[in-house]
Amino acid sequence: MGVWQIIKLAIAGIRANKMRSFLTMLGVIIGVAAVIVLVSIGEGASKSVTDRIEGMGSNLISVTIRGNQSSATLSYDEVQGWKERAGIQGLAPIVNGNVSVKYGSNKYDTGLEGVNEEYQEVRNHKVQAGRFILPMDVSLRQKVVLLGTEVSTELFGNMNPVGETVKINGTNFKVVGLLEEKGSESMGSNDDKVLIPLTTAERLLNSKGIRSVYVQAESPEMVDLVVTQIDNILFRKTNDAESYRVFNQAEMLSTVNEVTGTLTAMLGGIAAISLLVGGIGIMNIMLVSVTERTREIGIRKAIGAKRKDILRQFLIEALVVSSSGGIIGIILGTGGANLLGSIMAMETVVSLKIMALAFGFSLFIGVVFGMYPANKAAKMNPIEALRFE
Amino acid sequence: MMIKLVDISKFYHTGSVTLAALDKVNLEIKNGEMIAIMGPSGSGKSTLMNMIGCLDVPSEGRYLLDEREVSRLKEDDLSEIRNKKIGFIFQSFNLLPKLTALENVELPLIYRGMQTAERRQSSVAALNMVGLSDRMHHKPTELSGGQQQRVAIARALAGNPPVILADEPTGNLDSRSGVEVMEIIRDLNEKGKTVILITHDMEIARQARRIISIQDGCIVKDEEVA
Ligand SMILES: Nc1ncnc2c1ncn2[C@@H]1O[C@H](COP(=O)(O)OP(=O)(O)OP(=O)(O)O)[C@@H](O)[C@H]1O
Ligand SMILES: [Mg+2]
Repeated sequence: MGVWQIIKLAIAGIRANKMRSFLTMLGVIIGVAAVIVLVSIGEGASKSVTDRIEGMGSNLISVTIRGNQSSATLSYDEVQGWKERAGIQGLAPIVNGNVSVKYGSNKYDTGLEGVNEEYQEVRNHKVQAGRFILPMDVSLRQKVVLLGTEVSTELFGNMNPVGETVKINGTNFKVVGLLEEKGSESMGSNDDKVLIPLTTAERLLNSKGIRSVYVQAESPEMVDLVVTQIDNILFRKTNDAESYRVFNQAEMLSTVNEVTGTLTAMLGGIAAISLLVGGIGIMNIMLVSVTERTREIGIRKAIGAKRKDILRQFLIEALVVSSSGGIIGIILGTGGANLLGSIMAMETVVSLKIMALAFGFSLFIGVVFGMYPANKAAKMNPIEALRFE
Repeated sequence: MMIKLVDISKFYHTGSVTLAALDKVNLEIKNGEMIAIMGPSGSGKSTLMNMIGCLDVPSEGRYLLDEREVSRLKEDDLSEIRNKKIGFIFQSFNLLPKLTALENVELPLIYRGMQTAERRQSSVAALNMVGLSDRMHHKPTELSGGQQQRVAIARALAGNPPVILADEPTGNLDSRSGVEVMEIIRDLNEKGKTVILITHDMEIARQARRIISIQDGCIVKDEEVA
């Protein structure tokens, strides 16, 4: 008997028993929808964390000097010397501290970073108005400042701050630029800070050397090499592996991905259990259906149906039920994930891969749980089946 | 199609009691014969017919169909024989209620693997022959008992099997429909098919050329009718 004909008959059967078919499908619908929603939450969480880490700058390595001894700190020239090493694309040494910024009668306490011109590229910052710090600003120790969006809003409201003069710890600075909003990351807010030339900052903060450097490697493959080289330099300098830390963004990413991957798998696993329960529902109804249709099976066998014909018929029926449930579940699950994403303001990602996986799994459930009833039908003795009332 | 039963027995075990529904039956049926099987209820008529139709297998004995031993064949091989060589007509019609008349008639041809166009043609021809070409797309529930039995006959003959088996084909019909159905069955025999039918009605049995009487699983009389 043709597959298409059986599918048509199966659909007719589903239509004839709407309520029962719906209840049978419901298990699969809920299962598939749950898989999609939960996995979308997991993948959404993974994506938002990954985005944030990648937003810090690509191929980023951060070097931090720990402890209080000034002997361990770095000088600007020393850091610039790293440039000669292979694989390094950019170097952004940082001097930081807390300052209070004043504009007229408005006063705001915030973080200050003294940076060079490479900082923009290395840390992936964009300027929405004005310009960034130039090499000249650093060499001439210019008193210029870029404001983070939060600082600008606190001091200037909606006004464009570029060209205005602010007082930082009592010294006049000319605002030359406004940073683009970037959101927060593990290191704190990117918008609640001001940037000034590194040399100016050393003076202003009366700082004793550089404690933090962001290094950008040329490519992801170079990251490990750069990490090793910097580690060597610093170890030779300090003779103490505890006095500094070289932190690799890729490593952080893989750690995060591992954690979120586990989370996603766990959520998906929980949802898969409900899909399994849906499969048991299919098996249950199929067993009832096989018994109800014993006589039909007898008739079909009497006129020449072989075992495989009957087996195929019932398997296809199970597949039609489970795949219809799968499709409805995908539609509901995708809608649910999007709804959840918008009303709960959490990121959800429904990938084609997970849709295909959920659908494939529902088909698999159909085959696995349809097999036993179908086999039972196929093995019926024709005479006994015909005698069944 | 030569049918030959040699010492065929069928036993049923219920608890400690063993019942012989057929007891060493010997029977030979030649191609193109029309045979009526008669006997009291429970005497083994249906059991015998199911045996001939390869629906059932004997407990003992040999069954030769065109000199081929079929009593020890596997289920799927028996299915194939039923599909190609045997047309069944049942007392209770046994049509599939969800299919139309035409689809019911097509069913054995589908299992035979026949192509759609050819299948459609044979099925329509069969329905024509039983006078139901105007009811092709009706479901069984939309047909009278007599019409349903005619659909069942069309289904039995659509695949052009050499043997037609009818187990009390008029048992559920009023006398007029019964007469119509018997006319069709007789006509089939005249066209060369071997027909074996079970009946309780002497009137109907006399339409056959040979009457077999069966009692307690044994053939007690086997006579030619003039
Ligand atoms: N599956 C079975 N298990 C036990 N006994 C059975 C079974 N099938 C048939 N029998 C017995 O075998 C005997 C013959 O049954 P069969 O159906 O052949 O009778 P029949 O002549 O067709 O009767 P009727 O005229 O009522 O249709 C009966 O006594 C019946 O009870
Ligand atoms: Mg009977």
